[in-house]
Amino acid sequence: MGDLYDSQRAMRQMRKAAMQRGVVAILDVGTSKIACLVLRFDGPEQFRSSDGIGSLAGQSQFRVIGAATTRSRGVRFGEVDAMQETERAIRTAVQAAQKMANVRVDHVIACLSGARPRSYGLDGTLDVSGGTVTEQDISQVMASCDVPDYGADREVLHAQPVNFALDHRSGLADPRGQIGNVLKTDMHMLTVDAHAIENIFYCIKRCDLELAGLASSAYVSGMSSLVEDEQELGAACIDLGGGSTGISVFMKKHMIYADSVRMGGEHVTSDISMGLQIPANTAERIKTFYGGVMATGMDDREMIEIGGDTGDWEHDRRTVSRAELIGIMRPRVEEILEEVRERLDASGFEHLPSQQIVLTGGGSQIPGLDGLASKILGQQVRLGRPLRVQGLPQAAIGPAFSSAVGLTLFAANPQDEWWDFEIPADRYPAKSLKRAVKWFKDNW
Amino acid sequence: MRSLIRRTVVDAPRRDPAPSRLDYRYQRLMLTPGFRASVRIGVPIVLILTIAGSWFSQPENRAELAATIEETKQDFQQRPQFMVQTMNLSGGDLEIAAQVSALLPREFPVSSFDLDLEKIRADIEALDPIKSASVRVGQGGALEVALTPRVPVALWRDGATLRLIDADGVQSGQITARADRLDLPLIAGDGAEDNIDEALNLFAAAGPLIDRVRGLVRMGERRWDMVLDRDQRILLPSEGAVAALDRVIALNDAQDMLNRDVAVVDMRNAHRPTLRMNEEAATALRRVNTTTIEDRADN
Repeated sequence: MGDLYDSQRAMRQMRKAAMQRGVVAILDVGTSKIACLVLRFDGPEQFRSSDGIGSLAGQSQFRVIGAATTRSRGVRFGEVDAMQETERAIRTAVQAAQKMANVRVDHVIACLSGARPRSYGLDGTLDVSGGTVTEQDISQVMASCDVPDYGADREVLHAQPVNFALDHRSGLADPRGQIGNVLKTDMHMLTVDAHAIENIFYCIKRCDLELAGLASSAYVSGMSSLVEDEQELGAACIDLGGGSTGISVFMKKHMIYADSVRMGGEHVTSDISMGLQIPANTAERIKTFYGGVMATGMDDREMIEIGGDTGDWEHDRRTVSRAELIGIMRPRVEEILEEVRERLDASGFEHLPSQQIVLTGGGSQIPGLDGLASKILGQQVRLGRPLRVQGLPQAAIGPAFSSAVGLTLFAANPQDEWWDFEIPADRYPAKSLKRAVKWFKDNW
Repeated sequence: MRSLIRRTVVDAPRRDPAPSRLDYRYQRLMLTPGFRASVRIGVPIVLILTIAGSWFSQPENRAELAATIEETKQDFQQRPQFMVQTMNLSGGDLEIAAQVSALLPREFPVSSFDLDLEKIRADIEALDPIKSASVRVGQGGALEVALTPRVPVALWRDGATLRLIDADGVQSGQITARADRLDLPLIAGDGAEDNIDEALNLFAAAGPLIDRVRGLVRMGERRWDMVLDRDQRILLPSEGAVAALDRVIALNDAQDMLNRDVAVVDMRNAHRPTLRMNEEAATALRRVNTTTIEDRADN
């Protein structure tokens, strides 16, 4: 565990260095597209307009100066499948974004959607015995958390203290300086496959970039597409991506659960491709143009030419009705949503005060999806679009970019993670001077 | 129907838009600010330096360049606008003019770039009779030399030579005979030229004696002696010489002193003006005095 924290701390250092330089790239490695945004940081309120409207969610301190997306290659289920291909795709996106920004980027913050995330709720208790709670106490209470055995080939991606409780008072955001006897904390820890992280790390390194942060795309798309009260009162963000569907549950502005379903828009496309016997790119095209999940009588009469390139006239002039297309798409979308429902049920989502569900991601653009989702997931469903950030081009404000936009917010002001707190004194290396000082303080 | 003519295969559109690793690195390098600046500024400079260096390394090129520069310079300087055609001398008499024109260029036209006016002026001002000069190239390509000659105010006798001295004590010429400039007072003695003002004041104060004054002699670089004809001298103090002279003149007016057989009127001590008589007069006076006593005794 120490290694991982070291690497996370190293990434934090890298992020700090990137902030110093003022330029950092955002890389959303998805199954269907790779998006790269180049952010320029100029300190707070640099771009404030003169009309008196203040900063927007604290994100007025940066500006998107370059954006590029490219078709993703070599990524399946949100995990790197073919390294060389992925590396080339990342290079394409980064180069185009650099060209638009006209600035060289050295640090990149990436997110990944797959890698089988698994959530753990941890709690720790520390006896402060009537003293004030110090920074050291907080790090010690977090260190005292009972970490489950999550497996050797998994790594911690996020570990955020969600709640602090001091004696009988719970729901403290910051217990420092308060006086009590027993300090308790609840933490949310998200682990992912170590190999997936290593692969993406390697791909980014091959592009001469330094990784300055890594996030789960379910988490960051929740950050960007949930509004503040949803994050506060409890909401789930369903990020319908290309190869996987991310689920993140937010409560009190903290992520308390994240998971992913290894199904997404590309499965819908492959269903269409198989069902209609057409190539995948044609299937993708008619899915985006004519797709839907709610058939009406009108759709029986709307015929879609699905074409072909065989030279056989009969084959090349095939048509399907839109109702048929919907008939292919709907079961798969239902399957995805039912899988999501199961995960949400497993997470205890129904106990939250508000049970808002927000659909985002590229898959959420299917017409009629909100109607279908409300049948499966519950009444409080809405389609979410990412927050607006400064300088984002028109082409990149759709729901497909919610994780990229969320990643910009993550880059600008990340939430505190375990590794952002002080290292507990007893974990310092044996020769540490600080430990000696602490020993003296404690004994005299 | 399949064409029988062989066609060049149209390249399929590139499936992979990814830049090559080299291309990607090159682009990143070119986006590095320092590198870009060095390419934008450094490469042209190096290129220019290389070309210039290789060109200048040939001696004939260097010679050619020097020749071209010289020729262009000459062409420019020899333009009629810059040529000096004539010379105008103003101020000063013929003798001075002859001396001055020896210092000026003899052959006209000459380019004004070739004239060092400052040096010409310094040379002219180094001449004795010239107090100051202004040299300029004026209208119509004329070299205008305006001279201010020194005005002699006194003659300074130095042994056998007679020098003309102006009011600043600067020599402005020599003459051979006193008779050439009878209008100027004569001074002599070491340091006389440094106190021209005082001497002139004394001459001005001489008044009725002026016809008899031969000149002033500076004694011990300290005070003046006024020399009259008949070898009479008036010894003046170093301070208040004019007042002392006035007293002598007053004495002369009252008692006709200087017409008598007096050799020296010594005014050096203001409280005790002293007369020195010629030897015969002194003897005669002594005899008169004794005679008178004897006559009295006789009587």
